[in-house]
This record gives sequence, C-alpha cells and structure tokens, in this order.
Amino acid sequence: MKIKAVGDRGVLLELGETIDETVNRQVMELNRSIIAASIEGITETVPAFCSVLVCYDPLITDYELLSSRLEELSKSVTSGKKSGGRLVKIPVCYGGESGPDLSFVAEHAGRKEREVIQIHSSRDYRIYMLGFLPGFPYLGGLDKRIHTPRLTTPRTKIPAGSVGIGGEQTGIYPMESPGGWQLIGRTPLKLFDVKRAERPLYEAGDTIRFIPITLEEYHKIRQEQEKR
Amino acid sequence: MGLEIKLPGAFTSIQDKGRRGYLSQGFIESGACDKYSMAVANLFAGNLSEPELAVLEFTLKGGEITFTSDEVIALAGADMKPLKNGVPIPMNRPVVMRGGDCLRLGMASKGLRAYLAVYGGVTVLPVLGSRSTDLKSCLGGLNGRTLKTGDLLQSGKSGEEIKRFAAAVSEMDFKSLAGENEPWFINPSNPFRYSAEKRYVLLRTVPGPQAEAFTEEGRNTFVRNPYQLTADCDRMACRLNGPPIEIGKGADIISDAVMEGSVQITSSGLPIVMLADHQTTGGYAKIATVITTDIPALAQLRPGEWVTFQYVTAMEAVKIARKENKKLLELKKIIETATGKW
Repeated sequence: MKIKAVGDRGVLLELGETIDETVNRQVMELNRSIIAASIEGITETVPAFCSVLVCYDPLITDYELLSSRLEELSKSVTSGKKSGGRLVKIPVCYGGESGPDLSFVAEHAGRKEREVIQIHSSRDYRIYMLGFLPGFPYLGGLDKRIHTPRLTTPRTKIPAGSVGIGGEQTGIYPMESPGGWQLIGRTPLKLFDVKRAERPLYEAGDTIRFIPITLEEYHKIRQEQEKR
Repeated sequence: MGLEIKLPGAFTSIQDKGRRGYLSQGFIESGACDKYSMAVANLFAGNLSEPELAVLEFTLKGGEITFTSDEVIALAGADMKPLKNGVPIPMNRPVVMRGGDCLRLGMASKGLRAYLAVYGGVTVLPVLGSRSTDLKSCLGGLNGRTLKTGDLLQSGKSGEEIKRFAAAVSEMDFKSLAGENEPWFINPSNPFRYSAEKRYVLLRTVPGPQAEAFTEEGRNTFVRNPYQLTADCDRMACRLNGPPIEIGKGADIISDAVMEGSVQITSSGLPIVMLADHQTTGGYAKIATVITTDIPALAQLRPGEWVTFQYVTAMEAVKIARKENKKLLELKKIIETATGKW
C-alpha cells in the first residue's frame, strides 16, 4: 500500500493501480475498518477504484499521526476474496421510450433487442465507486458483446433513472443530467433522494443486478415510489 | 422580517462551510470559496462561536438588499464599496441596519468574492447538514439556486437578541484594541501575501498524490514559473495558463477522489486548481494540492491575474493551518472585547 499526502486535509491510500475486483474489495474492506475505528480527526472517507481518500481536520490530527495509524489498520486487510457488499436489484424497463438507443445498441452488436436485454441483465455489476453525480455508480463488468461507442453529440437532458452504455461501461443516471451514453432503459426507482442519503439504496462495494420489467410494472413501481 | 433582495448582483448564493460527509456518495462539498473571509464576516457579525454560519457570497458585482427589520451585518472579502442608504460603510466591522435601510454593493474594486454575514446567520433549511447551495444538483441554499430579485431571507436571531447586540455594536471601540498597523486586521481577508501590489500571488502546495506521474523537469516547471488565471474560472475550478508541465508516464490515472485545492494537469500540461464546487472524483493526475490556508487567496483572484506555486510538506501545511486558525481566534477575542458582553 502507498500512503500519500493530499494537501493538509487528506491522506490517500493506494492499494493498486488497476481496475480489479480483488483490489476494489480490499479498498472497501479497508474503508469499512477505517470507519469502524472512528479515529479522532477523520472527517470522511472516499473509496474509489483502487484507493481510499481519508479526509481529516488539520486542527485535530496531522499527516504523520494519521498515516501511521492507517498503515497499522491496513495490515489487517485480507486477500479480498470476500465481497462484503450487498446485492441490490434495480428494475429496468428496457427499450421503447425508456431506452431510445436500444435499437442502435442491438444493431451495433448485430443482435436482436431482446438478446441485448438478456445479455445486459444476466450478470451482476460491481459498484467500484460513486462519483460524477450524486449516486452515479461506476460499474464494472459489461459484456464485451454489447460495448457501444458513446453518442457523437451528447444529449442535453437525460431523464433521471436512465440506464445506459458508454463504451465499455454501463451505468445509471440518478438525476436529470446531460450525457453522451446510449440509453437502453430506465428504472422507476428514485435513485437520487436527499431524504435517503443517510441510508442510500446502494454504496460503493455493493453489486447491482438489473431486473427487466414491463412498462406496466414500471408505472406501478413509479406510482408506489411517488407515494413514499 | 429580514432581508429582501432588490437586486441579486452578478452571481450570488447562500454558502457555509460546505456539505461534509457525503463525498463518497458523489455529493459535492460546495460552501464558500473563500472560507477565511466567510469566517471573518461571521465573527464581525457577532457569530463568535459559529464562524461557519450561512452567509451570502457575491461574485464580482454585489447587489441591493432592503432590510425589513433590524439586523447586524458585516462584510468581508472583496471590497464592493458597500453603501448604507447611499453612505459608505466599512468592511470588516459590524454594521447595524434598521428596518427600511438599504445596503448596496457595487463592482469589486479589489478581489473577486465578497461575503455578507448576518448576526444569527442566514436561516434557510439545511440539506444534508449544510445550508450551502449546490448549484450542480440544485439543492441547499434557497431552492438550490442563485438569489434573484424578490427573495426573502431571515436571520437566526430574535428581535430582542438583535437589539442587544446592536446596542453593544454602537458602543464598540476597535481602534484602541487592535492596533491598526497589523495588515491582517485592517483587512483580515486580504493578508499582505494576497495583496494586489505584489504581482504574483503565492500558493503553497503539498506535492502529490500523483507527483511521480510527471518528469522532474515537469515538477520544477510547476514551481519555477508564474501561471495566469484564464477566463475559464468559476466556483468549480480555476484553469491556468503558462509553461506546460511535462508529463511522464501515466497522466491518465484510474479515477480517484479529488479535494478542494487539488491541482490536476490536463493532457496539454496545464494546471486546473479545484475550488469548492469541484467534482468528487477525477481521472487526471494531480501534481500537488494547494494548502487549505492559501485557497482563499486563489478564490479572490480574477482572470488575468497571476500565481506562483511553492512546495511545502504536509506537516508544514498542517502547522500553517493551525497558525491561521489562531489568527481567527485572536480576531474573535478582539471583537469580544470591543463589543463587550451583550
């Protein structure tokens, strides 16, 4: 593990230099143990693909004190075999108005639309980190057969809940935003909800499974979500 | 009751110390760009135990505010030539505004961002523990947006409390206590190192976390040459222009967390320094991080102005941060003594 200073308020712990599930599991394990240790002066932690940023208050602790404490903690990190995260199921209505680019993705892959849906929803995706937008998950493991280049001209408005493919990645837009990904479906779940930030639907280290649903089911879940 | 925005100014939002604790979920921090001036304004406005209460942040051009009840205010940061009912009032001092009084701010004559604090703070509903406006996700502040004409704001103190503090303010005596020759006290948010007389503003940085992604020559270029602020500067970041920094191996890193002050180097070798509204993660290598103490200086610079960078260690930066905090505590003591107990 490499320990690096980020100004006078941060310590970056680097566990590797690749996008790798084992490394990312170690990142999440280390992150959990740092939070559990509730070390004085730590204000928050930000796990990423292969690193954890530990933010601190320089009036309470300092770089040297914290680095040695974090080094100590890192020794207990295991080989990263166990996942530790939750499995979160995300219902998705594929195609049609919910996923206007599904036909393009299918054409690009030389497959039928339902095959693309089947390929996209048949595997679980690890959340390597959250960023870019509140609740935007960086997911790993999109099947090569449906890799699709981004739109040449990004859309100025993508509806909240849109599920898309951008190159070798897939992801969900938790809130309305501009973006250049190919949109293949939409979830009726409210992913961006300030009221739920204390208990988010998913966190880095969790695994997402997309469950195909019909338009009727989409509207039904949507209505239930509105009531909450 | 409170403040009515008659003219909002060029770009005015409610900010406090920022939304902390939600970076891992992708929520940006927001908060005042110049937190030192925010604290100074709050201290002078009587928020002695809460220098991080919500304030108004004006950028480049201030606005016009009518007070619908008595309030005590203070301004710090950029000098926008404040007028009370047409008469100039000082910055960095508590000022009593009576119901019906009008505060008018003009163009900043020096610096970029002015902070208006009110005794009791601006009391919009906190979102995720902060009143800061997150303009990207449209949350916090007043409906997640910049202020506009007709907006009504309230302070967090009762009429009785305001009356007591206002009485103390009118009897205060700063001059005899402070010694006016101390530059940081005359203009606490513009210590001499930020002053416009010097051509270059010095920004101290801690090398890393990806300093090794650059050649030794690149790392030297960064601290041996001045860089100029481009027009592309906002609450998110300042893009700089100057001699390109030579990149070694791996300038495109696997995305990791970004902090306020992070100096990212783009593929063309030019630095971008992150400010309060920076994204939470990024994939550019970061050559260094501007220390917390010097971020306010950068936040007060305008496009066309110049900075130079210097390396310090993380431990030196921590020491500097503590020294800076002592200055605020000293100022707090001076204000306490000047206004007495109220």
